[in-house]
Amino acid sequence: MEKTSDMAPRKGRGELRDQPQRTRAALLILADGRFPAGGHAHSGGAEAAVKAGRLTDAASLETFCRGRLWTAGLTAAGISAAAAAGLDPLALDEAADARTPSAALRAAARRLGRQMMRAARAAWPCAELDALAAARPRGVHQPVVLGAAARAAGLGPSDAAYAAAYEAVSGPATAAVRLLGLDPFQATAVLARLAPELDDVATRAAEAAVRAGYEGIGVLPAGSAPLLDITAEQHAGWPVRLFAS
Amino acid sequence: MDGRVTATVTAGVVAAARIVAAPDGRGGTALPVLAGQGPFALRRTGVRGPEARVALVGAMSAPLGGDRLTLTAEVEDGAALRFATTAATIALPGRTGAPATYDTSLRVGDGAVLHWLPEPLISARGSDLRTATRAELAAGARLVLREEQVLGRTGEPPGRLVSRLTVRRAGRPLFDQELAYGPGVPGWDGGAVLGGHRAVGQLVVVDPAFEHRPAEPRVLGGTAVLTPLAGPAVAVGAVAPDALALRKLLDSLLSYISGVVKVI
Repeated sequence: MEKTSDMAPRKGRGELRDQPQRTRAALLILADGRFPAGGHAHSGGAEAAVKAGRLTDAASLETFCRGRLWTAGLTAAGISAAAAAGLDPLALDEAADARTPSAALRAAARRLGRQMMRAARAAWPCAELDALAAARPRGVHQPVVLGAAARAAGLGPSDAAYAAAYEAVSGPATAAVRLLGLDPFQATAVLARLAPELDDVATRAAEAAVRAGYEGIGVLPAGSAPLLDITAEQHAGWPVRLFAS
Repeated sequence: MDGRVTATVTAGVVAAARIVAAPDGRGGTALPVLAGQGPFALRRTGVRGPEARVALVGAMSAPLGGDRLTLTAEVEDGAALRFATTAATIALPGRTGAPATYDTSLRVGDGAVLHWLPEPLISARGSDLRTATRAELAAGARLVLREEQVLGRTGEPPGRLVSRLTVRRAGRPLFDQELAYGPGVPGWDGGAVLGGHRAVGQLVVVDPAFEHRPAEPRVLGGTAVLTPLAGPAVAVGAVAPDALALRKLLDSLLSYISGVVKVI
């Protein structure tokens, strides 16, 4: 894979914009919770929040998801959009490291990245995915792979941002159903109420990816959620847990 | 900017300050530049061994809404600087409702050490502040940086605060985090972000010695954690009910780190 500085766009200006979509249905496949990329095993911090008593019902699930969406979700969506736009995935992986202070979350993101890479290479085989997998056999951060997979599927930066943002809230919502015995209808209603903000986050992330093409990867969002980082490290040390993170 | 520019414009104060620390040739550190006016009163507060100490003095009646403040510190190769403030910085609303900005730019050379340990930033009700701290480290630089934010004075809701902390080492990103709280920030007080806590802080400690002695993750009291970064560095993140409890958590983990590397 061509290696370039994170200060320079790898592609010409025109190519940084959304490519014409080959098929919108590819986005449904990529964002589907049944896409075999291992996401179902992770609660996005919900398991630790339930244990700490901060996530108890549909209302606290909504605030939890809203906070996660605008921090870790926006950050992941920016990285995914930039990867889908064709910015250097290895520089993006480094940027994801810097945006993930928790060692436990970095390990989880790479594990998920490896799993998504396997699924993506089977679904949308291409030389770029092969090269990325070969360059980092131990895995790259999942949002980078998500963006690269979107690109391989003919999707654009905005699509990748949507998939990443949705995943940031659908993971905890699904986990809350299992952890709290929350009514699945209520969990889905939480997601529906967050839909306008998913639009906002995906739009901001895609805009940031375009800016990153001109100004460097450093301008991508770096939103952080202190409690998610703190509890991830604790959760990783639990002897018995339902979810991997 | 040369560090001596202070201008009052209708929107607020525009002020800059600059510190340059350099080896004095006798094993100590000199301060060839120590320039600040307006809200920035910088004092040399002493010398301990090779280290020069500088304090930003007095309760800063800034940033007010509309202010544009810039603080720069350069620690040249082989120098050692310790920076502190003598009081908390309080973000207050201005007359116009315009947001304030407070940018800190730090550069640390090879074999140089910077301890950047300001008192907390308090986000008062109605204030709107955006801070950015950027540290550029040479591969052989060492850094101990503390950042504490208190959301609201006692019993009041916070203003709006967006705070980004970026540390780059040898030209590569090492730590990049933005915290955002207060009115208009979605979900900031929920179970993913602060969960009702009103004081939040972080430490970033960079030392090439971590390459040989990587730190293990360490959890303290359920609301603080020390975690190795992807590089010779550790970060501490903590939340607490108030500034005092926060400082206790950070101090405790800082003294733990000092058992691993000598940078402290």
